Amino acid sequence: MAQQKEAWGSRVGLILAMAGNAVGLGNFLRFPVQAIQNGGGAFIIPYIVCFLLMGIPLLWVEWASGRFGGTRGHHSTPFILDSMDKRKFWKYIGVFGIFTNLAVAAYYCYLESWTLSWVWHTVTRSFAGQSQEEVAGFFGDYVGLNSVEPIIFWIICLVLNTWILSKGLSGGVEKVAKIGMPLLILFGVFLAVMAVSLKAGEHGAINGGSVGLNFLWTPDFSTIWSPKVWLAAAGQIFFTLSVGMGSIQCYASYVRKKDDIALNAMSAGWMNEFVEVVLGAAIIIPISVGYLGVDKVIEMTKSGGLGLGFRTLPFLFEQWGTVLAIICGVFWFGLLFFAGITSSLAMGTPWMGFMTDEFGWSRQKGAWSFGAIVLILGLPTVLFFNQGVFDEYDYWAGTVSLVVFALAEIILFAWVFGMKRGMQEINSGGDIQVPKIFGFVIKWITPILLLGVFLGALITPAGNDWAGALQNGWVLDNGSIIKQITNSGLKEQIAAAQTAGDQALVDTLTEKKLYINASRLLLLAVFGGVAYLVYIAYRKRIKEGRFV
Amino acid sequence: MSSIALIMMISTITVVTVITGYFFWKVLKTPPREEPDSFSENDDEKR
Repeated sequence: MAQQKEAWGSRVGLILAMAGNAVGLGNFLRFPVQAIQNGGGAFIIPYIVCFLLMGIPLLWVEWASGRFGGTRGHHSTPFILDSMDKRKFWKYIGVFGIFTNLAVAAYYCYLESWTLSWVWHTVTRSFAGQSQEEVAGFFGDYVGLNSVEPIIFWIICLVLNTWILSKGLSGGVEKVAKIGMPLLILFGVFLAVMAVSLKAGEHGAINGGSVGLNFLWTPDFSTIWSPKVWLAAAGQIFFTLSVGMGSIQCYASYVRKKDDIALNAMSAGWMNEFVEVVLGAAIIIPISVGYLGVDKVIEMTKSGGLGLGFRTLPFLFEQWGTVLAIICGVFWFGLLFFAGITSSLAMGTPWMGFMTDEFGWSRQKGAWSFGAIVLILGLPTVLFFNQGVFDEYDYWAGTVSLVVFALAEIILFAWVFGMKRGMQEINSGGDIQVPKIFGFVIKWITPILLLGVFLGALITPAGNDWAGALQNGWVLDNGSIIKQITNSGLKEQIAAAQTAGDQALVDTLTEKKLYINASRLLLLAVFGGVAYLVYIAYRKRIKEGRFV
Repeated sequence: MSSIALIMMISTITVVTVITGYFFWKVLKTPPREEPDSFSENDDEKR
């Protein structure tokens, strides 16, 4: 089958695509909520420290690994990792770099489709005249599949992603990034100005925009030494940069050895920080506090940023009158859509790269097969959203897998591949010279921080109270990985419902447990399936004499 | 806004914006490498 040779069109296009890969819905919905829950303005100190000591080193490691593998003809992590050491098991660790992208894309495309749908409903004035409860109820009805509309928007979104992917890197992904990223920043700046200039008493606002900013940025320095805050900061940096996924390595594998990666990685990484810290912090919180007040926003952020973004903001935009409600709604959900699609496109490229390299598939075949897998794998997240399947994918594929893979890849890069070769690889063709201190950071500090993030998630103490756990004995939180595996939280809820004699709730929770366990088995099957493909590819390579 | 919140916000925004701008400016100002490079759009350009 004919293969099309992939390449980036321009350096700026590559950087915008990399930045687009990192910039996602979390920049606007997760970061401000994390800041509020972890010390306000003081959160930025551990956040920036973690960016410098964990985020930037990981970016360099992934760019360098990707380019190293790419120059040897590998464009996905199984054989990129395999090319870095003679031990054979690394290619199976590299399976994470394909599995994670497939599994995350499966639920992320659904989330992305909500933004398209909310643009549509903003333009068609579905939210006009609705109360806050009605707008929130609209969201509940939507994910509860009270109509076929969510499935239609999801399919549109999937087809759009697949079609763009089928156009290749320069003809598809890069073009979307070149249009999407500037528009995203433009929309973000407009909304930030609107939010910050909000005045108490105008259009029903009870607070000015500065009240929300004050709430977000007032530092609580007493939290600065709390392990909870540092883990939250490290986690946020980790997830915002899209490291540990395998997509950065894939993008970088199309860069030649004599071309820069050191400066490119910095530019893309800092662009993501600009979108997150400057724009992400200036929209959702100032507007929400302006209309709902600080106490209500604190209450609402306990369930994360999705609620504010989809259940609340459409109602608040309506307070600004018809024209501004349409403009701001389209800008907000359009911004989220561009943030989403530039990330989901990156999730398709590792699978396509793998199938092209190993089985000679064409770009189109790779793209449409990716779309088909995401359709099949994503269907349970759409149909059984309220049964917790969406959250289960997010937890295991979008959270735990990333940390495990990043930990493995940095050990490979720093301790097996070696820091001397590693620094040479990072600096090769560089337009900036990476300071030598980062050799030490990549070898020691970043792995320790990553290990901390992993252990912090594995054995999270009850209530995230680390000081209390150290003093009074370690009781695991139901959100810790260990307790998640055993479904402890759900079992406790079932037991409580049984004690209360609420049989309907017992049945609902038992059914939820069944869906959760089934979705885990499905994810395991996908991982196993990709691992089997890697094994076949390995045997094929041996047969064809493609190993040096 | 309280002074401390204002200081935190302005200093953070300034630092992040300046560094982002600096790196992107450096990318734009750096002349392209000799062909063959990684990018296809300049492949037909005469050097």
